[in-house]
Amino acid sequence: MKGIALKIGKSSKLPIILLLIGIIIFFTVLSPAFLSLDNFLNVFRQISMIGIAGIGMICVMLTGGIDLSISAQVTLVNIVCAFMMVNMGMHPVPASLAAILITTLLGTFNGILVAYGKLIPLIATLCMQNMLKGLSYIISKGQPIFGFPESFKVLGQGYVGAVPIPVIVLIIVAVLGAFFLNKTYIGRYFYCIGGNEEATNLSGVNTTKVKVLAYSVCGFFSGLAGIVWLSRVNSGQPTTGNGFEFDVISGIVLGGVSILGGEGDVLGAILGVIVIGLLNNGLTLLNVGEYYQLLVKGVVLLLAIGMDSFKRNFKKN
Amino acid sequence: MENNNILSVQEIVKEYPGVKALDKVSLDFRKGEIHALMGENGAGKSTLIKVIAGAIQPDSGAVYMDGKKVDAMDTKISKDLGIAIIYQELMMVPALSVSENVFLGSAVRKGVMIERKEMERRSRKIFEDLGIKIDVRKPVGKLTVAYQQMVEIARALSKDARVLIMDEPSAALTEEEVQTMLQLVLKLKEAGVTIIYVSHRLDEVFQITDRISVLRDGQYITTLNTKDTDKTELIHYMVGRDLNETFPARNSRIGEVGLEIRNFSGNGVKDISLSVRHGEILGLGGLVGAGRTELAQLIYGLRKPEAGELYLDGKQTAIRSPKQAVRCGMGLIPEDRKQLGLLLDFDLQENISLPSLPRISRGIMISKRQEGKMAQEQQTALNIKTPTMKQKAKNLSGGNQQKVVLAKWLGANCEYLIFDEPTRGIDVGAKQEIYKLLNQLAEEGKCILMISSEMEELIGVSDRIIVLCEGRKTGELSKDEFSQDRILSLASGT
Repeated sequence: MKGIALKIGKSSKLPIILLLIGIIIFFTVLSPAFLSLDNFLNVFRQISMIGIAGIGMICVMLTGGIDLSISAQVTLVNIVCAFMMVNMGMHPVPASLAAILITTLLGTFNGILVAYGKLIPLIATLCMQNMLKGLSYIISKGQPIFGFPESFKVLGQGYVGAVPIPVIVLIIVAVLGAFFLNKTYIGRYFYCIGGNEEATNLSGVNTTKVKVLAYSVCGFFSGLAGIVWLSRVNSGQPTTGNGFEFDVISGIVLGGVSILGGEGDVLGAILGVIVIGLLNNGLTLLNVGEYYQLLVKGVVLLLAIGMDSFKRNFKKN
Repeated sequence: MENNNILSVQEIVKEYPGVKALDKVSLDFRKGEIHALMGENGAGKSTLIKVIAGAIQPDSGAVYMDGKKVDAMDTKISKDLGIAIIYQELMMVPALSVSENVFLGSAVRKGVMIERKEMERRSRKIFEDLGIKIDVRKPVGKLTVAYQQMVEIARALSKDARVLIMDEPSAALTEEEVQTMLQLVLKLKEAGVTIIYVSHRLDEVFQITDRISVLRDGQYITTLNTKDTDKTELIHYMVGRDLNETFPARNSRIGEVGLEIRNFSGNGVKDISLSVRHGEILGLGGLVGAGRTELAQLIYGLRKPEAGELYLDGKQTAIRSPKQAVRCGMGLIPEDRKQLGLLLDFDLQENISLPSLPRISRGIMISKRQEGKMAQEQQTALNIKTPTMKQKAKNLSGGNQQKVVLAKWLGANCEYLIFDEPTRGIDVGAKQEIYKLLNQLAEEGKCILMISSEMEELIGVSDRIIVLCEGRKTGELSKDEFSQDRILSLASGT
């Protein structure tokens, strides 16, 4: 026990763990409904989408990039998959796979813009976000699409024992992500590019291709998050996913993934996402209005980025 | 004589970790003269002019302007005193017009409004006085480098500069443009401006200067009247010293040609052919900006050559990217170790294994055992001094960092190694170790191409030397032809 405590004390996870404990105490004191197994399972189900998309976002952010279009990718997946199932009568499995394939390709396209086109990631993906949003409205004509086959609900609404299936998906994805980033050389390349792209290129790594891959992976995971979302809500809506990228980025930056690349890991990111989830949940339980929640979330991301930047400057001096 | 001096420096000392950039340098500049500052790369010229301009503060010593000591010199004070400096890299805003650049930072204003007409009128007047025809409304980015430089000069004049420091002003100009620029400098002299002219080019220096001061290894050597001296004497003063560093002897058998390029052009170099044999160290000499690093970039696939062929052990090979270069067994030890050689925030093990990752992986999974073993082997072989290979690269000394960069390539079993300034910023002891490693690699039969601006190093380490000047190969010297004078005159194109 002492060993673990020591390890946590030394690791960079200490601030985020303290923050987590602080938030839990804060909301427990203010809201009696907060500290219960049911509520926590609920929180975990809510954050599963943020977490799944977060795994993809880590890859992009490790290389020093960012993908703001993930929210619109989620929207598009919702609309396209719903459209294929309802209007074209497709089976949920091929429809889901096709939708995920589309976002993977869109991610690849983002990557090509950034790596080959040398566009600024922030701007390139912001444009993509608007294009995809527009596309979603066009396909859905602004109306929700619903009436899916019963079997489709399982992914988002089912349970294994007491554990919601989205949470299981998140755990599998997180374990795979951690494995990929820690153990494979492609994962290592992501880190290296964020650490020093030029030196990595000179070391014989095709940094351009690796960057494209990071965006493809990101597209894949936002696609997966989108399918889970659709299955949970059971209706494809053109407004789904608005502001989603904000939660994802806040969460993983809070968890120690650096905005400038080269630093961060899956465990930290998941912890950060949990903080965001608890914050969303706690504020709702306290009847804090949606407008105020937006305000709080903005402050949280600002603090997270501020901390990241502070850490960097502190290390330099 | 005393009152004739407009500017003096007294006993200036500036030390950087491991190097004395300036060691008690004292120098006087007379009113209205053109005074050349000469010396090899690293002699301390740039440091000295930065001290005068107030861009860096000396550890001790003082700058005197008009006989008065200037306390706590900084860029603002030096500007107010009438000292202007034109750096090699021009400082301008390309999108703004000529007149706006001339008055950059001191725009003519009425309240918050910029008086564009007035600025145009005044800059037109300055250019007229200089006898230069230029459209003052044109964006500076659309001008040639030569004209951009004139805009810089005009800016200096707009601030009533009395001392104008020019750092390698001819470096980026064509022969014709150089002549125009020199005429302009003479005109400034007539107008009473004192000019400190830093250049490597002997011809120009003899053409326009009144006096020449020589620095070497951070020390003041002498000041000569230009008309009383000649190139031979000057070169002698610039390099004239005995080799004071010993270079370990090498016992390598020079074998077949390994790396060869024929008629390489592009990226600022023209029509360069060279070959490196196994077991040989080929030195690449030349001044800063001669195109040596650019040539290395071409060979390494970082830039695309416009023409030329590359042969590895007799086989023609097209290398289009560093990835291909590494795959073919090449390794580059770049000049800028921190920016290009290392991932400073990563540990030594991760740095060393980077080029070899696919090889030490099973499928896509890195074998941590092999990675650790590789790092350990390299640590032993190169004697990298660190408590653990999990140490971050930024925490090592320059010499040990250089060994880590080298370890990357040795771990990857590279056959052809390109060293760009292998001992830059490394202290004397570590230099010796690097030289020993170079010998060891040559003895193992590797092909080594070494770019070096340090004359002693070039002569002491190379088996053969090729000299570049302005992107062209100006000479090739075999070991018995090595001499500092020869190399320097080839490098300055005389």
